[in-house]
Amino acid sequence: MPETTSSSGDGPQDGVQVDLISTERMNGKTSMEKIRLILDSVREGDIVVLESGLTPDEESKLIEVTMSEINPDGFSGIEIESFPQSETSNTTLLGRLMGAQETSKLTVIGPANQIQSLHKDETLISALISRQ
Amino acid sequence: MGLFADLRDSVSRVTASLFADDSEPKRIGIYGPPNAGKTTLANRIARDWTGDAVGPESHIPHETRRARRKENVEIERNGKTVTIDIVDTPGVTTKVDYSQFLDHDMEKDEAVRRSREATEGVAEAMHWLREDVDGVIYVLDATNDPFTQVNTMLIGIIESRDLPVLILANKTDLDDANIQRVSNAFPQHETIPLSALEGENMDEVYDKIAAYFG
Repeated sequence: MPETTSSSGDGPQDGVQVDLISTERMNGKTSMEKIRLILDSVREGDIVVLESGLTPDEESKLIEVTMSEINPDGFSGIEIESFPQSETSNTTLLGRLMGAQETSKLTVIGPANQIQSLHKDETLISALISRQ
Repeated sequence: MGLFADLRDSVSRVTASLFADDSEPKRIGIYGPPNAGKTTLANRIARDWTGDAVGPESHIPHETRRARRKENVEIERNGKTVTIDIVDTPGVTTKVDYSQFLDHDMEKDEAVRRSREATEGVAEAMHWLREDVDGVIYVLDATNDPFTQVNTMLIGIIESRDLPVLILANKTDLDDANIQRVSNAFPQHETIPLSALEGENMDEVYDKIAAYFG
């Protein structure tokens, strides 16, 4: 997996792991496989960055599955940030024929208690990531 | 989903509409983030046209933890009657922490129970959105920044399902309400200002409901 990690050494990690997941790695996965991949990482305290975002339907299911996994003693949900859909994104006939929906949007997902959005606009997402 | 799948869905929708029973009221989901005033609006509409309320209102987040449907709400506009079912849904979020309820004078057990019910409610709301509503009234608190991920995602989900959506900038009775900010966040949709609590601008809201969902 193309990933970087800021942690080092053995034993308890004192850093925050960031997984940068390429479009290529996500291609071919079913919606639930994508959601499972994301939530398994986030529940471990990792930050997931998707090169291409999820489809609206997948986002809807991500919220639903996240809700089912929240528990008072540990997981309180996710923070998710992505750029809004560009109105100039690929909606050509060829693109639609090839199934290329307008989902190409960098998306950051992390545990709700570790990631805090500081600023967001059409071109910049600024977030504060803390250790658990 | 490619063009062929889109075509298949479009054909299915057209076929369904051809054979749909026009007398069947459309189910209109009231969606939005927690504390936007969704239940206050649902109650306002229901009281104005049926005399009954839909559910309890509260300033505590996640007061609505189950989707509630008010059936056969008949709205009269310009000599015509539009009949809809109003579905008041729990506020959508990506996180629920029971500790947020402790600030509202709740014991831990009550806060944990409320947070568990809230998560179930959000999941239920998402399910309704994917399966069971024919249109959406999206309610935003005009005193808050509308440019949040939850709002962006939900509007995207609604658009992807080709559902008609009416965006309401609520709480215009408050001094720091900023309607223009809501309009700017979703320029592709019409934004209607209102105060559901005070009943301000409800005539325009009903006009638009009739136009969008009639």
